[in-house]
Amino acid sequence: MMQPWWIMVIKTAFIVFVVITGFAYALLWERKLIGRFQQRYGPNRAGPLGYLQPLADVVKLVFKEDFVPAGANRILFQMAPVISVVAAVTAIAMIPFGTAIHILGYRIPMVGADVSVGVLVLFAMSGLGFYGLVLGGWASGNKYSLLGSARTAAQLVSYEVAMGLSIVGVVMLSRSLSLVDIVESQRSGLWWVLVQPVGFVIFMITAVAETNRPPFDLPESESELVGGFHTEYAGMKFAMFAMAEYVNMLVVSALGACLFLGGYLGPWLPGWLWLVIKITATVFVFIWIRSTLPRLRYDQLMRFGWKVLLPIATANLVLTAIIVGVFFSK
Amino acid sequence: MSTDQTDVFALEAREALEAARREGRELAETERVVAMVEARTPQEALARTRANEANANSAAPGSREPMMINLGPQHPSTHGVLRLVTELDGEVVRDIHPVIGYLHTGIEKQCENKTFWQAITLVTRMDYLSPFFNIHAYTQSVEKLLDLEVPTRAQWLRVMISELNRITSHLVWLGTSGLELGAITVFFYAYRERDRALDLFEMISGERMNNRYFQVGGCADDMPPGFEKLLRQFVTEMPSRIDEYEGMLSANPIWLERTRGVGILPADQLIDLGITGPALRAAGVDLDLRKARPYSGYEHFDFTVPVGTNGDAYDRYLIRLREMRESVRIIEQCLDGMPEGPHIADDRKVVLPPRGELATSMEALIHHFKLVTEGFQVPEGEAYSAVECPRGELGCYVVADGGPKPVRVHMRDPSFVNLQALRPMAKNAYLADLIAMIGSMDNVMGGVDR
Repeated sequence: MMQPWWIMVIKTAFIVFVVITGFAYALLWERKLIGRFQQRYGPNRAGPLGYLQPLADVVKLVFKEDFVPAGANRILFQMAPVISVVAAVTAIAMIPFGTAIHILGYRIPMVGADVSVGVLVLFAMSGLGFYGLVLGGWASGNKYSLLGSARTAAQLVSYEVAMGLSIVGVVMLSRSLSLVDIVESQRSGLWWVLVQPVGFVIFMITAVAETNRPPFDLPESESELVGGFHTEYAGMKFAMFAMAEYVNMLVVSALGACLFLGGYLGPWLPGWLWLVIKITATVFVFIWIRSTLPRLRYDQLMRFGWKVLLPIATANLVLTAIIVGVFFSK
Repeated sequence: MSTDQTDVFALEAREALEAARREGRELAETERVVAMVEARTPQEALARTRANEANANSAAPGSREPMMINLGPQHPSTHGVLRLVTELDGEVVRDIHPVIGYLHTGIEKQCENKTFWQAITLVTRMDYLSPFFNIHAYTQSVEKLLDLEVPTRAQWLRVMISELNRITSHLVWLGTSGLELGAITVFFYAYRERDRALDLFEMISGERMNNRYFQVGGCADDMPPGFEKLLRQFVTEMPSRIDEYEGMLSANPIWLERTRGVGILPADQLIDLGITGPALRAAGVDLDLRKARPYSGYEHFDFTVPVGTNGDAYDRYLIRLREMRESVRIIEQCLDGMPEGPHIADDRKVVLPPRGELATSMEALIHHFKLVTEGFQVPEGEAYSAVECPRGELGCYVVADGGPKPVRVHMRDPSFVNLQALRPMAKNAYLADLIAMIGSMDNVMGGVDR
């Protein structure tokens, strides 16, 4: 039986709640972890062990002046962070977080929306999210922001391609573009990371670039472009960009978990907990990388994307295609 | 700037070119730089851009005009308040026009209104990362004018503290220039050790920054009890800490990519521009005043001067790290062989009498009163003396007219001179490399503007 509308509403509200909480605590844990990496404590003043810090941050940001610079394009400037956040939150709807359950005779899949081309929708959403960054930087009327936007666009082009190619192998192996099906195809315990290690590594590298995290944080590189695309943003609009970045990080981690690490599959523990564990582990790696590596230069990043990642991803794809075509064609 | 002045510069460049052609020789490096930059000032460059923007509509489609961008004075990585008016073509820097003076404090001028004794407090505040070197150059010049002998123990104390200061200064450089390239963690590692060194400074001089420790004639005080133990602990731990920094950066592929081949100028040109310090030594020129013209007893210490080969940002990084190791060695030798004796000269006309004597000796009280209210007289003359500061040759030129106040105090600050190299370096480099270059030159704006 189809799920009634109220279940959809509950699921949506639940997912948005989880995502926003997840964003707040991903940010807090990042600050705490980086603090530990750097031999300091990190935030520990607000509330017990600093766990109310996200609340304090939000209160601070809400009460900041909602400022639009004189040279800015008002409408696009206001819209840009919204685009980023909406795209990021929409993307997480594609992530399955458990097997379907039955309540009151209804079969309820544990996913926001089980789209048959889930992977593509997710990619489209993350591509759309970049519009926020590009438009926001361009609409700010600031040269630093403009440079940041140009870098964002260039980075998007050079990394989306390699990222897309890196996961086509998995799609071919599981014969589906739906994330639920991809996860289910790994039920035998053979996670695709074991079959597609190269694809996984490329995916992880491009995921860092995709989320504009160090060492690929060129669009906002604060030491060159002050803040890049978000130089002129303050208050809640800035918070929305931050939220988009962290939600994207969660989305990409979840996507990686679904594609390569068996998603919600795992013994003993409930499925959603497995997914959370896998996402947390991936996010930890992101944070670890941030605290360890310096930033690449613009041209080095492009060269790396086009001349290293893309050929490897292509070779991996061709090899997978041949093997799948020869041995597994039915 | 007016147009006729521009023509004068352009004329100069053209004359240099013609002279070179007449004499059938290549342009000297400096002349080439002059000819290259066409001596455009920031104001001119901005005016030109405005004019371009005004007739942008009439410009041919696809024509490229550089985008002017103001890097600084408020910018995260210009080491204080350096302003670089930058002409950008996409991500490539076509030209930069450094503008200085945002941190101008008039310290040199203020010194003329202070007694020789009071001016010490001022000069520490110029290059705020190496206060001891500022004082050292200044007091040496005054001592030269007074013809005052500094006791050996005082000299060794000065060497010891200076080398400790060299370490703290290099640590700040390492932390901040790492931060500028996105290596955020090394900043905290470096500041962790710096803080311990600052504790030692506080112990011996009472201040963590702008330490007024060296006096004319020696040092303000001897080592306090317990200082030696803590310093020894610090220097025994420091090499392993430096290993830690090297572990994070030296072989890191991204760090190598970002610093190798960045900011290279030929050694001749560096010499022409007057560059000193690690930036010059990285290019393979073995010039260190501690060896070339030993002062304050440096000839008694066994240390090597690290010299690079390529002269890029990576070599400068390596040299500064090795210099820290050498400084550790020098401090160890100081601690091991610290000579006995007074920590300050015993010239009552210049040096404050010991505190204990004030209660018992009328003469000491008079000297104290005279020194504090009026200061000491310095015979007429002029003196220049230089020390090897973490950034290069830090010289101090003092003119005295026989009174208690200097007529002129001028500092040859290496930050100021080294800044000249930035413009020829930055031409046609990437914007991100420009940041790496600023970082690798280690200019302190307090020293540039004075």
